[in-house]
Amino acid sequence: MLKQFLRNTEYALLALLFLIGLATPVIAQRSTPTDDDVNRVAKQLYCPVCQNTPLDVCPTEACRGWREEIRTMLAQGKSDQEIKDYFVNYYGARVLNEPPNRLVTYLVPAVAILLGAIMLFRGFQLWIKPTGTGSASAESPAPPVQQDEYIARLEEELKKRK
Amino acid sequence: MIAQMGFGVLAVTFLVTLYSVFAAIYGEYSKSPALVESARRAMLLTWPLLTITAGILIYLLITNHFEVQFVYEVTSRSMPTYLKVTAWWGGQAGSLLFWSWLMSAFASIVTLRRWDRDREFLPWVIVVACVTMAFFIGMNLFFENPFAQIYQTFDGIKAYTFQPANSILYTAPDGRGLNPLLRHPGMIIHPPMLYLGFVSFVIPYAFAMAALITGRTDDRWIRITRRWTLWAWLFLSCGLVLGSRWAYDVLGWGGFWGWDPVEIAALMPWLTGTAFLHSVMIQEKRGLFKHWNLLLIILTYDLVIFGTFLTRSGVLSSVHAFAQSAIGPFFFTFIGVTLITSVALIIHRWGTLRSETEMTSLLSREALFLLNNLIFISVLIVCFWGVIYPLISELFTEQKVTVGPPFYERATGPLFAVLLFLMGIAPLSAWGNSTMKTLGRALWKPTLLAVFITVLIFFTYSRDPYALVGFFLIAFTILLTLYEYGRGILARMRGQNENFFTAFWNLTGRNRRRYGGYIVHLSIMLMAIGILGIELFQVETQGTIGIGDSLQLSGYTIKYKDVASWDNLPAGVNYTRAVVEVYDKDGRLLGNLHPRKDYYYDSQQPMTIPGQLASLKDEVYVLLIDWEPINQTGTTFKIFVNPLVNWMWLGSLLFLVGIVVAAWPDKDPELVPARVEKRLPQTSAAD
Repeated sequence: MLKQFLRNTEYALLALLFLIGLATPVIAQRSTPTDDDVNRVAKQLYCPVCQNTPLDVCPTEACRGWREEIRTMLAQGKSDQEIKDYFVNYYGARVLNEPPNRLVTYLVPAVAILLGAIMLFRGFQLWIKPTGTGSASAESPAPPVQQDEYIARLEEELKKRK
Repeated sequence: MIAQMGFGVLAVTFLVTLYSVFAAIYGEYSKSPALVESARRAMLLTWPLLTITAGILIYLLITNHFEVQFVYEVTSRSMPTYLKVTAWWGGQAGSLLFWSWLMSAFASIVTLRRWDRDREFLPWVIVVACVTMAFFIGMNLFFENPFAQIYQTFDGIKAYTFQPANSILYTAPDGRGLNPLLRHPGMIIHPPMLYLGFVSFVIPYAFAMAALITGRTDDRWIRITRRWTLWAWLFLSCGLVLGSRWAYDVLGWGGFWGWDPVEIAALMPWLTGTAFLHSVMIQEKRGLFKHWNLLLIILTYDLVIFGTFLTRSGVLSSVHAFAQSAIGPFFFTFIGVTLITSVALIIHRWGTLRSETEMTSLLSREALFLLNNLIFISVLIVCFWGVIYPLISELFTEQKVTVGPPFYERATGPLFAVLLFLMGIAPLSAWGNSTMKTLGRALWKPTLLAVFITVLIFFTYSRDPYALVGFFLIAFTILLTLYEYGRGILARMRGQNENFFTAFWNLTGRNRRRYGGYIVHLSIMLMAIGILGIELFQVETQGTIGIGDSLQLSGYTIKYKDVASWDNLPAGVNYTRAVVEVYDKDGRLLGNLHPRKDYYYDSQQPMTIPGQLASLKDEVYVLLIDWEPINQTGTTFKIFVNPLVNWMWLGSLLFLVGIVVAAWPDKDPELVPARVEKRLPQTSAAD
C-alpha cells in the first residue's frame, strides 16, 4: 500500500518532469536588430571561451565581437535557430545553454531518481517489518509521542474556547 | 625565511594530526585511556599551531612579501590592509588553510565538552576530525603550498617550496591584486560563512561514525549533535544567501542564482543537510530510519568535501583541467575512500539499526517527512547530474557541453513545488497517525482562503499558469503555518490568560525547535515569492542613448542625466559613474540611480555596479554597460525590472531569525540524561 502510494507519487513527478521538459519558448523575429534582439539570442548561448558565462552578460572584448556577429546575422534575416546552429558549428555544442541530447539529459536523472526511490522503499519495507526481538525495541517500548499529546491539548483548549 | 617558518609549522601540525589519529586508535585498542587523552591533547594543539601558520600567512600578506607566490597572486600594494587580510581566502592555497584552521577550532570546541557519558565516542571523533584535518593540511603541504616562494633559475621564474640549486629569490615589484569581484563586502563574509557551514557538518559526521564504530547506535549521537547541525545549517544557509546577494550586487547580470557549478557545489550539501535536519526528527520521535539518517550525514560530509574542492578549483569545467590539476585525483580518492568506509560501516551495523516502531499511516508526519527527504534527494540528483554531465559527455563522446539554467529550472521546478506543498501540510499531520479526516479538518479553511487569494492574483496581477500554481502553494503554506502558529497562541491566551504578544513570545520560547521551524518555513515562502517574481516576470532592455535621452521599460522611464569618469590612484581604480533618473508611468520622479563601472588597474578587470531602486513591488536595476570617452555617440545601459525580488532578501533575514530561534542554546541540556527525557514527555508538553 505504502509502496504503491509512493511509487505512484514517483511516476507523477517523473511525468511532470517530462512535461515541463517539453515546453519550449517560441520567439518571433524582427528585421532591424536592436540590442534587445541581440541579447535575446545571446542569452541562449554561452561564451565559447569563458567558463559558464552566458554570452549576453560576458564583458570580454571577444564576446562583444560575437554579439556584433549576432547583430549582423540578425540584420541578414537569419533566424535565432540558424544563428545558434552557426555558433555550434564553429565552437561546438558547449556554446548552447543546454546539452543537445535532451533525452539523455533528462532521462538519466529521472531514471536515477526512480531507481533510488524503488531501492529506498524496498529497504524501508524491510526495516518497517516488526522485528519483535530487536534489541532496541525490547529495551524501550516505542517512545511516547509528545506531539500528539501536545496537539490534543491544543484541541482541548480550542474546544473550550468555543 | 618567515615563509619557510610558516611551512615548517604547517608540517609540524600535519604530524600532530597524524599522531593524534594513531594514538587514538592504538589507545582504544590497547585500552589505554592515557593514550586517548594524549590524542585528545594533540588535537587541541592543532588550533594554536594552525593559528600561528595563519598568522604568518597574514603577516606576509599585509607586508607585501611578493616573493611568496600566494601573496603575489592575491594582493597588491594598492589594496587596503583589511582586504589583504581577507585575501587569505581569496585563493585556493589560502582557502584550504582557512578550512583546516576552522576545522581545528571546531574540533577543539567539541573536545572541550563534557565527555563523561560518551567516553567511548571520544577516540573515534578524534580520528574522524583529525583524518579530515590531515587531508586538508596535506593538500597544503604537498600540492597547494601557500608559502611557496618564487625563484629565478636557468629555466625561468617559478614557485618552489624549497629553493632549487643555482637560483635566486625573485621578488616582483607589485602583486597581481585580488580579483575585484572578490573585494566586495559580500564576498568577504560569504566564503567564511560557507566554510563555517561546511566545517561544522564534519562534527555530526564524526559522531555518526563514532556511533557506528562503537556500536552505540541509539540516537545518542543525534542528540549530541542536534544543535551543531542546526548551527552548521545556519552558517551554510547564510553563506548561500550572502553569495546570492553578492552575485546580485556585483556580477551585473540582473539575477542572484545562475545555476553555476560553483553555486551548485555549495547547494548540494545544503540539500542533504536539510533532509538530515528533518529526518533526524523521525528517529528522535519514532525510532525510524536510522540507516537513512546515517547515510544522509555521510552524503553531506562527502558533498562538503566535494564542494570545497569545486568552489576554488574549477576543474569540473573539463576533463583536461581535472587531469592536469594535481589535487583533483586526491580529492576524489579521499571522497571515495570515506564514502566506501562509511557505507561499509552502516552495512556492518545493519542489524542493530532496526527501526523501533512501524510506520502506520501514509498521512503521518513520518511518511510526509520521508517524502520530503525523497524530494530533497531528487533535487540533489538533478544537481549532481547537471554538474558532472559535461565531464561525462566529454569523456564518452568527446563533445563538450554546457548545462545551463534551463535544465535545472525545468527539472527542479516541479520538485520545489512539491516541497512547498509538503511544507504546508506536514506540520499539521501528527506523528504516528493522521487520517484524511483530522488533516482535512485543519486544511479546508486555509485552502479555501488560498484559492481566494489565487483568484485575486489571477484578476489583478498575473495569469501565467506557473505563477498561479506557485502563488497558490505559497499562500496555502503561509496560511497553514500561520493557522498552526495561531492555534498555539490562542490556546495560550485562553489557558494562561496572556495577551497576544506574551503568548506568542512564550509559545515560541517553550518549543523553540517547533516554532523556529515554522518561522523558517514562513521565510522560505517569502523567498519563494521573490524567486517566482524574478524567474517568471523579469524584463530587461538595453540601449545606447545620449545625455538627456531616455529608455522605457515596464512602465518606468529611465532618463540619462550625466556621466563622469575619474581615477583614484592610491586605490588603483578608475571609476565611471552615470547619473540616471527613474520616473514612473505618471511621470513622477522616483529617484536618482548611479550605475558604475570600476576598472582595477592591477588586475586589469572591470566590475559593474548596478544602480538599484528597490521596493517590495519590484526593483529597477540599471547597469552601465559601455561608455566610450572619445566617441561621444552615447552610453549603453542595460535595465532590468525584477518584480518581487526584495521578498527574497526579506525572507533571508527572517530565515536567519528562525534558525537562531531553533538553535539557541538551552540552559544546560547536557545535564538531563536522554533516557529520562524520553520517559518524561510531560515536562515539555506541560510547559
